[in-house]
Amino acid sequence: MAKVDYEMLKKNATEIRKGIIKAVHAAGSGHPGGSLSAADILTVLYFYKMKVDPKNPKWEERDRFVLSKGHAAPVLYATLAEKGFFSKEELLKLRHIGAMLQGHPDMKGTPGVEMSTGSLGQGFSCSIGMALAAKLDKKDIRVYALLGDGEVQEGIVWEAAMAASHYKLDNLTAILDFNGLQIDGKNEDVMNIHPIKEKWESFGWHVLEIDGHSFEEIISVLDKADEIKDKPTMIIAKTIKGKGVSFMENQVGWHGTAPKDDEKEKALKELGGAN
Amino acid sequence: MNNKIATREAYGKALVELGKVNEKVVVLDADLSKSTKTAAFQKEFPNRFFNMGIAEQNLMGTAAGFATSEKIPFVSTFAMFASGRAFEIIRNSIGYPKLNVKVCATHAGITVGEDGASHQALEDLACMRAIPNMVVLNPADAVSAKKAVFAMAEYNGPVYARFGRAAVPVIYDEDMNFEIGKGIEVKEGKDAAIIATGIMVAEAIKAREILSKKGIEVRVIDMHTIKPIDEEILIKAAKETGAIVTAEEHNIIGGLGSAVAEVLVENYPIPMKRVGTLDTFGESGKPAELMKKYALTAEDIAKVVEEVINKK
Repeated sequence: MAKVDYEMLKKNATEIRKGIIKAVHAAGSGHPGGSLSAADILTVLYFYKMKVDPKNPKWEERDRFVLSKGHAAPVLYATLAEKGFFSKEELLKLRHIGAMLQGHPDMKGTPGVEMSTGSLGQGFSCSIGMALAAKLDKKDIRVYALLGDGEVQEGIVWEAAMAASHYKLDNLTAILDFNGLQIDGKNEDVMNIHPIKEKWESFGWHVLEIDGHSFEEIISVLDKADEIKDKPTMIIAKTIKGKGVSFMENQVGWHGTAPKDDEKEKALKELGGAN
Repeated sequence: MNNKIATREAYGKALVELGKVNEKVVVLDADLSKSTKTAAFQKEFPNRFFNMGIAEQNLMGTAAGFATSEKIPFVSTFAMFASGRAFEIIRNSIGYPKLNVKVCATHAGITVGEDGASHQALEDLACMRAIPNMVVLNPADAVSAKKAVFAMAEYNGPVYARFGRAAVPVIYDEDMNFEIGKGIEVKEGKDAAIIATGIMVAEAIKAREILSKKGIEVRVIDMHTIKPIDEEILIKAAKETGAIVTAEEHNIIGGLGSAVAEVLVENYPIPMKRVGTLDTFGESGKPAELMKKYALTAEDIAKVVEEVINKK
């Protein structure tokens, strides 16, 4: 394994978080909370783990990332921009009419977006097809899918979970961004998803639990998932909604609210500088 | 028209032939492969067949994932569950990203018969037609069903195709030409035109024979593509016959009748009537009994044609 440049990861994650804040502010709407909670995970995926080529987004041998929790589009966009798939200026046009960056990911319009998502559970299901296709073609391609914790309340998630273990998709790694909050409140109050680890295990998945903000742990489990044979891996990543911006952390209200001008400035300052 | 074969039978056979010449083709089913006839493909190409179990939403999502990896998935289940239960997945995972998925739904319409209303999809054409990017096909017989399968594989984009359970008359010769988006003038006529789709084409031909005995000469057009609909053949028929009747084994709301009305009213309004189920659910019964009860037979079509001609 190559030596990990933690300084670079930290810098990238900060830039991605700043990108999220600027994009959602410019849009005047969007989902900052669940974007910030997933920022460290996407940083490791795109700057450590995945085989991708920003100059050749459709490179056949690339690994695939599906943002099943499509409302966290800002984190995907900020990550793709940071990686060089498109200009960071696009972030400031998020959700504007005619813009490349739609409110939820659109694979037809945005380089690096592997699947159009937004309807919960739907992207995860598509990742099953991607992983099956890679197996059929005997290609060394790994498929990553990021799900939200509220998202697993959708029935299609469990249809897909069942299929993934049935077909022994050891080239599929799913990550659950477990921040504990959904639109109407805490998961356990809206619709309890526990015991979540046991649920995935009973569906035939290899389940690993980590702190979703620790680069060391994210790297370690993503590497470990490569070694698991004959079953898909689910990484339950404990995260903090709104992570990195003090007044957004663990606040249900920041699920789908854009920061105002002063809130944006405050957030960017906390993240390290106004630019 | 004496030889009878279900369009789903033709679909299953065509898939096997297609699989031999096109390695990109994969087939997915939801525990209905014996009924949808995809089992034949599974037998021939077990590694390219995926049974996704009784889980239609994931069936469609998985197919979409295959399509992002340069495969051509043919996905089958009953029309009710494809267009109904999995509607939103088809819309968001197949239609919106314009993926090359072929949703081939069998057991459509009232001729599913004894299983009753829960299994008789009478809205599928309307639902699928409303999805942007979606091509909607409804072949009339076994020959055109087979040709439709090959045409779908050639076309790059999402397609919904409807196949039936019951055996229906073979109306075409093997050399017929199936082109997506092009209606077929099956029979000539100047007094009125019946625009029919799916199994109703055979009924329309029989209706023409009934009317012919009364001295009425009716044109019959097979509109196997509901979307994009062949406007040219419709406007020509309207101009040359002055009276149009549509015939579909589907609710008169949203399917062929609506599609034809939209074209005529904007281009060449003339007297028109729709034959189909009258905004009602079906019920259990033998297919022939149901066709009669819900007024979908050749005799019903003939009666409606006379009504329209009287309005000219």
